[in-house]
Amino acid sequence: MAVTDPTATPLAAPARPDKGRSLWTDARRRFFRNKAAVVALVVLVLIALFAFFGGLVARYDRETVDFTLMGVNARNGGPSLATGHYFGVDDSGRDLYARTVQGTRLSLMIGLVGSLVAVLVGTLYGAISGYIGGRTDGVMMRIVDILLSIPFMFVLILMLVMFGRSLLMLFIGIGLTSWLGMARIARGQTLSIKNKEFVEAAIATGVKRSAIILRHVVPNLLGVVIVYATLLIPDMIIYESFISFLGLGVQEPNTSLGALISQGARQILSGGEAAWQLWFPLGFFVATLFAFYFVGDGLRDALDPKDR
Amino acid sequence: MTLRMLGAASLIALAAAGSLQAATPAAGDTLAPPDQQTFSYNVIDEFVTLDPALIEVVDDNDVARQLFEGLLNQDPLGNVVPAGATSYDVSEDGLTYTFHLRPESKWSNGEPVTAEDYVFAWRRVVDPATASNYAWFMGLGGVANADKIVAGEVAPDQLGVAATDPQTLVVTLERPAPFFPQMTANANLFPVPQKVVEQFGTEWTQPGNMVSNGAYTLSERVPQERITMVRNPNYWDNANTVIETINAYVIKDEQQAVTRWRDGEIDKTAVVPAGQFPTLKEELGDEAVAVPNLCTYYYHVNLREDANPALLDPKVREALNLAIDRDVIINAILAGGQKPAYTLTHWATAGWEVPEVPAAAMTQEERNARAKELMAEAGYGEGGEPLTLEILFNTSESHQQIAIAVSQMWKQTLGIDTTLANQEWQTFLDARKEGAFDIGRAAWCADYNEASTFLDIMTSDSDANDSQYLNPEYDALLETALTAEDPLPSYQQAEQMIARDVPILPVYFYSSNFLLDGTVRGWPMENAQQYWYAKDMYQVAEQ
Amino acid sequence: MITYILRRLLVAIPTILILIVLSFMLMFAAPGGPFNSDKPLPAAVLANIEARYGLDQPYVVQIFNYVKNIVLHFDFGPSFKYRDQTVSGLIAQGFPVTLTYGSWAFAVSTVLGVAIGTVAAIRHNTWLDYLAVGSAIGASVLPNFVLSPILVLVFTIWLGWLPAGGWSNGGWEVVVMPVIALATTYVASIARIMRSSMLEVLGSGFIRTARAKGLPMSRIIWRHAMKPAMLPVLSYLGPAFVGMITGSVVIDIYFSTGGIGQYFVNSALNRDYAVIMGVTILVGVLTILFNLLVDILYAWIDPKIRY
Repeated sequence: MAVTDPTATPLAAPARPDKGRSLWTDARRRFFRNKAAVVALVVLVLIALFAFFGGLVARYDRETVDFTLMGVNARNGGPSLATGHYFGVDDSGRDLYARTVQGTRLSLMIGLVGSLVAVLVGTLYGAISGYIGGRTDGVMMRIVDILLSIPFMFVLILMLVMFGRSLLMLFIGIGLTSWLGMARIARGQTLSIKNKEFVEAAIATGVKRSAIILRHVVPNLLGVVIVYATLLIPDMIIYESFISFLGLGVQEPNTSLGALISQGARQILSGGEAAWQLWFPLGFFVATLFAFYFVGDGLRDALDPKDR
Repeated sequence: MTLRMLGAASLIALAAAGSLQAATPAAGDTLAPPDQQTFSYNVIDEFVTLDPALIEVVDDNDVARQLFEGLLNQDPLGNVVPAGATSYDVSEDGLTYTFHLRPESKWSNGEPVTAEDYVFAWRRVVDPATASNYAWFMGLGGVANADKIVAGEVAPDQLGVAATDPQTLVVTLERPAPFFPQMTANANLFPVPQKVVEQFGTEWTQPGNMVSNGAYTLSERVPQERITMVRNPNYWDNANTVIETINAYVIKDEQQAVTRWRDGEIDKTAVVPAGQFPTLKEELGDEAVAVPNLCTYYYHVNLREDANPALLDPKVREALNLAIDRDVIINAILAGGQKPAYTLTHWATAGWEVPEVPAAAMTQEERNARAKELMAEAGYGEGGEPLTLEILFNTSESHQQIAIAVSQMWKQTLGIDTTLANQEWQTFLDARKEGAFDIGRAAWCADYNEASTFLDIMTSDSDANDSQYLNPEYDALLETALTAEDPLPSYQQAEQMIARDVPILPVYFYSSNFLLDGTVRGWPMENAQQYWYAKDMYQVAEQ
Repeated sequence: MITYILRRLLVAIPTILILIVLSFMLMFAAPGGPFNSDKPLPAAVLANIEARYGLDQPYVVQIFNYVKNIVLHFDFGPSFKYRDQTVSGLIAQGFPVTLTYGSWAFAVSTVLGVAIGTVAAIRHNTWLDYLAVGSAIGASVLPNFVLSPILVLVFTIWLGWLPAGGWSNGGWEVVVMPVIALATTYVASIARIMRSSMLEVLGSGFIRTARAKGLPMSRIIWRHAMKPAMLPVLSYLGPAFVGMITGSVVIDIYFSTGGIGQYFVNSALNRDYAVIMGVTILVGVLTILFNLLVDILYAWIDPKIRY
């Protein structure tokens, strides 16, 4: 795969994901041989089931305040099967189970959208910039430099003022920044890949530039792209809290894992005793990250042609 | 009523040396050794400025009161006492104040403080070139020509202040302002050293450059970290000063401040994190302090013509007002000695008596029952037309918790839906100004300790009237109060008018919560504006 | 190469100019202003302040004057919010702070991340691989605003070894916790990128050849695999280094370090235009410089790379 090889030993079989079904079958087989990845995948599926169907067993909705528990949730609002508050209640007296279900759902979507945009836009942008090189590369990368430096908060505020708040705006806000780092990584790898023999061979046989980028360069980027995409997920989930802080994102009574964790953390670290307010959302956050990371590594290994 | 009474007298000679403020240890106190006579406290945000002319916020004012000394100080009860001036006279018509300066008063470089220093400082405050945020303050006190100078119509030397001799300062007002003496305890009216300001320009407030006339001088300043002040040997009452050093740390995280307080690093925290007061009080007793803070928390109801039509119905507004269970908010969310508000003016305001309003007299059950009736009459909520309102607030945990509670009270009692919308501060201010809200969160803090500082915000031409409550009757009431011998009845009538028309939904009266180390003595708990002077404080030895 | 570097440095000038203009446009378009507050200022007072800071001028003139003052006097203007301070003064005070803890965090996270990633790749799909990656993830998994208070709880409240916050002169005891908090956010990323790229290098032909020749593994790694495997890590480290030395708002606020990390959020919230521009330009310059450095290192790692 994307080997940076100063001694330039020719590679016998360059990656050819376009060879058809057998490659994907191979990859699947390799993936399921990887125990850590399989366990992680199972965890991820369970979390997704929880996020999308967990509401079916909730006894309360996520917004109704039980005023008898407000402010005294540490004493009377603990997790309990008997009361139906499986995860206890938060300090406003709302059912934490229903809130965690909804928060996990939203944060999963945010993480996925953010990484998807990064993978699609960032990879292509970086591959094009790196492959074409020269002045185009210069301009494209200076644009990334500028976007990495501008006070992005104002972009978010302007989006709020111009389009109002909505889930779509939140996703756009997330997507707008998530691809920048990916573009730089993809471009760096492309600079090295484009000197490889299989690319030179493709050029020599007259394959079109767009086809070379899509068929020869991008597939060879996949390893690092998948790994980096999973790295983005926690950043995106936390970044969402900031966007919501500005007013563009999630608004009460809706919530997200980021918001739940920060409320729980504030509550505990200020000497509160409602520990469940932190541990449940944090537990889902941590489990999600581990699962994504190991699934990502498993995918990377499975798609690595040299392991065949 | 203290303020107005002060004005009524034609001549006031302030108390003689006997009642002077200074750190006088109470009987039975053992002073800590001098190397432990340090007072350290924290603020939440970096100091904006130490230049008295520019000072606007409380934290900066606190530092300025240690570094500088104005004509009068406040005593622990909030009454004015001699400081830079030993006494003052007021003319019969209340328009001319003559201050007699303390002859032994010196700058920290040893030069005497003269009336010219005040004249220079005051002109500087209103000079457009200084561009002070607080330039309007001089005009509030009615100092002649102040507003015109700020507007650039008249030169700064036309300000109604003059030094007839080095020890005599004469102030001319355009209209009687009985609270004027009170105002001189504010940093904007402190003297500044002309030569130093002219020599260093904007750099004059840096350590090493700054010359001041208070009990302390600026020794170190690290932006975003701390300010250190040490005692000023040239201060006229230095012999009676006990605290040697003051450290003001910038600690932005409220919980961190508590940790550093427990570590003994600071003696006083800026605040107690929301909701923690009861537990800390139980644990720490008298070291956890709650004192009234002259601010009121309320919701604007949007009364603009293009607003939600339901809100233009007074019955709906009244129902919304009644259905808010203030006790829940105070006890379950804030829990720090706040008080429920059914009116606008803070209960602890000087000379103020909270008037009777119907909502305050009912129990919550009665309020809820009445609210349901009113809502039904108006034809909204359960059984009526569905109604959805939006509560707009600036992003903050406690505003959010209050909005959540209120929205659920309205839902559970009145059957109306509420959406919550938080925005970052500046966007929020803009939206509130533009009227892009149904219910908008607000709070007002007193600029001076008198009821009109609150009531003025609901007048038709007030910039803070974001409800757009336009009631000529109300405006007229406040106009009469300006010249009334006793304005209290007019003020109370104004409050009742607000309670009747419900342009705002008052929620609670603020209190300040903080931790104060048990060895610190002399903190002015009873002072409503919390004007503290380290020179009046001291540390006792640990038991 | 020298001409390439010179060309890149020359291109940096228009890039920064575009950055300045874009940032100004965003700030001017956003609602609010530096002197908006809860208590609206009287019109005359506001007019005086705006005149003092040149905000009464047309936008184009403001931007032009801003650039002119930088070019002619290297003057970034006074802070609009902290009225005793200049932007240069605030950055001169705060940047050394974030540079100190950021550089340490960079060193710690890079060394740890590269080491963990390499070990994990060599022991691919063994328990050591899972343990190495798992622990790196474990360290990174707590958001900063949760980790920082836990550090204080352990090191200050329980053990009493370190002060809870402050900076004073940046002695080691105040640096430790910010470095841990910042480094842990990066270490898992570096380790996982390193692991992935090391696996690719180890699977490549020339390494297989080297192994077939019977060269010891440690020597193969050091001599042959490390350099090419660093390439994607470098792409990541360029912007990450800038991120670290310009600090973190959570760390600056939580540990009261006085660093410039807090200005990225706070001055934008305060609409302190001058400070926003100051830190934006600082990040812009650093980003351009370090991305250039990364590109130079690419060419050193892989001599076939041409620009």
